[in-house]
Amino acid sequence: MEWLVATAVGVLTASGVYLVLRGRSFPVVLGLALLSYAVNVFLFASGRLAVDLPPVIREGGQYTDPLPQALVLTAIVISFGMTAVTVAMAIRAFLESGSERVDAPAAGDADEASGR
Amino acid sequence: MHGIVLPILLPAIAASLIALVAHRDLVLARTLSIASTVALLLVAIALLDAADGGSIATYALGDWPAPFGIVLVLDRLSALMLVLTAGLALAVLLYCVNAWDARGRHFHALFQFQLMGLNGAFLTGDFFNLFVFFEILLIASYGLAVHGGGAGRLRAGLQYVVVNLVGSTLFLFAVGLLYGVTGTLNMADLALKVPVVAPAEHALLRSGALLLLLVFALKAALVPLHFWLPGTYANAPGPVAALFAVLTKVGAYAIIRLFTLAFGEGAGDLAFLAAPWLMPAALLTLTLGMFGVLAARRLAVMISFAVVGSMGTLLIAVALFTPQALSAALYYLIHSTLAAGAFFLVADLVSERRPADGDALAAGAAFTQTGTVGALFLLAAIAMAGLPPLSGFVGKLLILDAARDAFNRNWIWSVMLSTSLLAIVGFARAGSLLFWKSGALARHPDAQAPARTALPIAAVGLLLTASAALTVQAGPVNRYLEATATQLFAPAAYIDAVLGAEGGNE
Repeated sequence: MEWLVATAVGVLTASGVYLVLRGRSFPVVLGLALLSYAVNVFLFASGRLAVDLPPVIREGGQYTDPLPQALVLTAIVISFGMTAVTVAMAIRAFLESGSERVDAPAAGDADEASGR
Repeated sequence: MHGIVLPILLPAIAASLIALVAHRDLVLARTLSIASTVALLLVAIALLDAADGGSIATYALGDWPAPFGIVLVLDRLSALMLVLTAGLALAVLLYCVNAWDARGRHFHALFQFQLMGLNGAFLTGDFFNLFVFFEILLIASYGLAVHGGGAGRLRAGLQYVVVNLVGSTLFLFAVGLLYGVTGTLNMADLALKVPVVAPAEHALLRSGALLLLLVFALKAALVPLHFWLPGTYANAPGPVAALFAVLTKVGAYAIIRLFTLAFGEGAGDLAFLAAPWLMPAALLTLTLGMFGVLAARRLAVMISFAVVGSMGTLLIAVALFTPQALSAALYYLIHSTLAAGAFFLVADLVSERRPADGDALAAGAAFTQTGTVGALFLLAAIAMAGLPPLSGFVGKLLILDAARDAFNRNWIWSVMLSTSLLAIVGFARAGSLLFWKSGALARHPDAQAPARTALPIAAVGLLLTASAALTVQAGPVNRYLEATATQLFAPAAYIDAVLGAEGGNE
């Protein structure tokens, strides 16, 4: 169980980091999604791994920590919204500049006539 | 005390109203937005007055007691940040109502959501809640950064979004680590749990705390995590960049909060574990920022690098971790927010008047109102470079004085003083190119003053007046800031206020 979760977090993070470092917006968005999956699984593990236990304290019974579940739920909602924003901005940037590269030229050259 | 939740509720309600009711009626949106910001400023001043008594007020959301529920905490530091944010926001808003808010949709709604996120980040007493408010202020800032559109702005905006999303992911990893080791995310409860963590788990705790430092340093644009700032700020609309002057301060605020409260003096082996990393990074940030000022070819890029440099100065003072240095850091924080805000607005005044050249640092065609804009530029540059009589001078002096007994005093003094010279050279070169060399050339045929100029210029004047007032009132302000620093370095009162007697901290 520990091995499985740890490997999943590691593989997801590694693939996510690799994709985020690519030069075009589509792989970058995918990479961000993978990173958010990795962090969601990691947050689950921060409440200790437990199988088949309810998230409520019962008389004498064992329970699993409910707080990480709430945190993960919030994190999922936020990362979902953020992915949507990134996709929308990537599409707008693609439509306006005709290229989907994210490694833009230096700040001084990007838009000479700023304020227009 | 229900007043504590108002700085979050007010902009939230105003933003929703503007988005739902006033999205087609610009005049109504402006009225609502300005009314909400004025009310916010008044509330913030009232809260500052309440916090000045020295008591720490808490507000349990949903009446769930800490550490089980989320609390909002009002102490001197958060009250100060609220007033600063509301004041800057009001000046920026007055500047925007000339034309900027009409160049894209939903400007005022995004602006209010941004304020909500900022205020929430300053008030919250819980790390996960801090993450949520970070996301609120970031998602609003994504919209504001690309307000008005354009290929260059969208591309810079996309980079900004990606960098911050990676930052948010790191934040969650750090939060997970801290929760896994201590079982709490409440800041006050964390301060109690950190000293009693078993030494075997110190490695995890240390990683968690340093990951958080990394995330906050990314927000504060600390070298080597500063790379996103010049591109984003220089390509964002001028007034938005001016508002973003307070965005980097959120990172500095979070660093101050985390490393005085949870990993402060009471943390045993882990006390002030940020200091050895923070000081060299801050010195590098200051140096690199001021070299950037010299190298910049656009006014907005130059100011962005000056902002990076000012974050370096601020974090040098923070990294000393003494009450005196912290009070100097807070003075510099207020000053650099006002100065950067004013400077970005001046840059926008310039590029509005140069249809052909924008804000490129080159002799171009002459433009209208060179005298007024030039005078404002001079004042903003004086404030930013830290020359008397404006507040930058007092701020730098306080920091230099606070570093008198530090073991790395020679480094701090030499870096701070030599970079000040670089800043003066950079600003003087920019000013002479923009106002003297351009003034000697013929006027561009399309050059004319924007339709309404009084309000924008008044808005810049407001920020510069605030900087001057900060100098004149340096005595009273410093007394408040010293009390703030003392309060931060005695976290027992904070913990008591949040957890009460149940916290086991009688």
